[in-house]
Amino acid sequence: MNAWTALLLRDLRLARRVGAGAELGLVFFLILVSLLPFAIGADQRFISRIAPAFLWLSALLATLLGLDRLLQADEEEGVLDQFLLSGTPLELIVLAKALAHWLVTGLPLSLAAPLLGLMLAIEPQAMAPLALSLLIGTPALTLIGLIGAALTVSLKRGGLLLSVLVLPLTVPTLIFGATLVKEAALGRPYTTPMMLLGGMTLLMLVIAPVSAAAALRHARQ
Amino acid sequence: MAPLSTPGRVPAPALAIRGLAMARGYRTLFRDLDIDLAPGQVLQLTGPNGTGKSTLLRLIAGFLRPDAGTIRWSPLPEDATPGECLHYSGHHEGLRDGLTAHDNVATMASLLGGDPGRAEAALVEVGAGPLAELPVEVLSAGQRRRVALARLLVAPRPIWLLDEPFTALDNDGQALVRRLIATHAEAGGLVIAATHQPLDLPDIRHVSLGGQAS
Repeated sequence: MNAWTALLLRDLRLARRVGAGAELGLVFFLILVSLLPFAIGADQRFISRIAPAFLWLSALLATLLGLDRLLQADEEEGVLDQFLLSGTPLELIVLAKALAHWLVTGLPLSLAAPLLGLMLAIEPQAMAPLALSLLIGTPALTLIGLIGAALTVSLKRGGLLLSVLVLPLTVPTLIFGATLVKEAALGRPYTTPMMLLGGMTLLMLVIAPVSAAAALRHARQ
Repeated sequence: MAPLSTPGRVPAPALAIRGLAMARGYRTLFRDLDIDLAPGQVLQLTGPNGTGKSTLLRLIAGFLRPDAGTIRWSPLPEDATPGECLHYSGHHEGLRDGLTAHDNVATMASLLGGDPGRAEAALVEVGAGPLAELPVEVLSAGQRRRVALARLLVAPRPIWLLDEPFTALDNDGQALVRRLIATHAEAGGLVIAATHQPLDLPDIRHVSLGGQAS
């Protein structure tokens, strides 16, 4: 487990660099959300109604940032070769990388979301559920992205292909996440979408590391 | 303090390659390749460009699966895969930009089962001591090579696979590589190096690729 922690800390340290994506994801999220009123106009009730869906969509797009370099930078510099010699299963290694990515994108996104919800006149009772839904749901987005990152690891300009591959797979997470916030805004119970959202994340926690590791191994042959 | 380059408690296994064949695209790089190597031996791989020296090293490292033939190490320590007993140093140094030389080497030490505390000493041993706190992207190609060599020393492993270890190194650095290889072999380690530079070792084995490729 020592190797695993070392890798996690390394990726966190790398993410702190300027332009590495950590704070950029948050800024991107903020910009997307502040653009919406410009496009729609001063119809506050309409904005408030679409806010849950739009916040979730923005979070989804912000999570995609930096995913294309998640594994590619290590592959290009020969670090992935060293991972394969480490004796730590590749599945655990990619999981450490996904966790680091989530800690610097998904987590700050979730915590900042209520504040941005305020900008979109979201119902006060939906603030906490919004943060909760993103906390539960964004790990699934990162994990799905991990599979895409592994599949496009050897492509020089894989970023666009990665988005095309990954976005359709995020549909269930998006549905349950946005539904949770919508229900909360209407003052209705939201246990069901929360359970399903958590289920998606747990499912991806099992599937993604295995698929990503398999894709990486295959890419080397 | 014991010299850094002594292999770990793991004794070097012997290598037996039988009937190895590999094609890349539609071109057969080599076939029916047999190599035997005992602990303490150094093998120098030569051959014109594009004859499969790097591919052979990557096969031995286990990154690629051969089209035919077997690569066997014996005896391997229990529960260990061949990958856990070997170092691979290829064209890419395995250094991650954005981290200092020291952090790169220390992370690799933890990852490869070595001691991160020895990163400092290892960097000094390869003549990169003053570079320890610099981010690796500001280093020259030769300096990066030296930092990459430190990896061989922080995590003692009995088998070294070196692809063009002399690239970009100055005379001093080349002498260092020769010394590291010699010390490793003397201590019972096993080295396979793909290079055309003389290694200046008394009982070195040679395998030349390209003769049998079609």
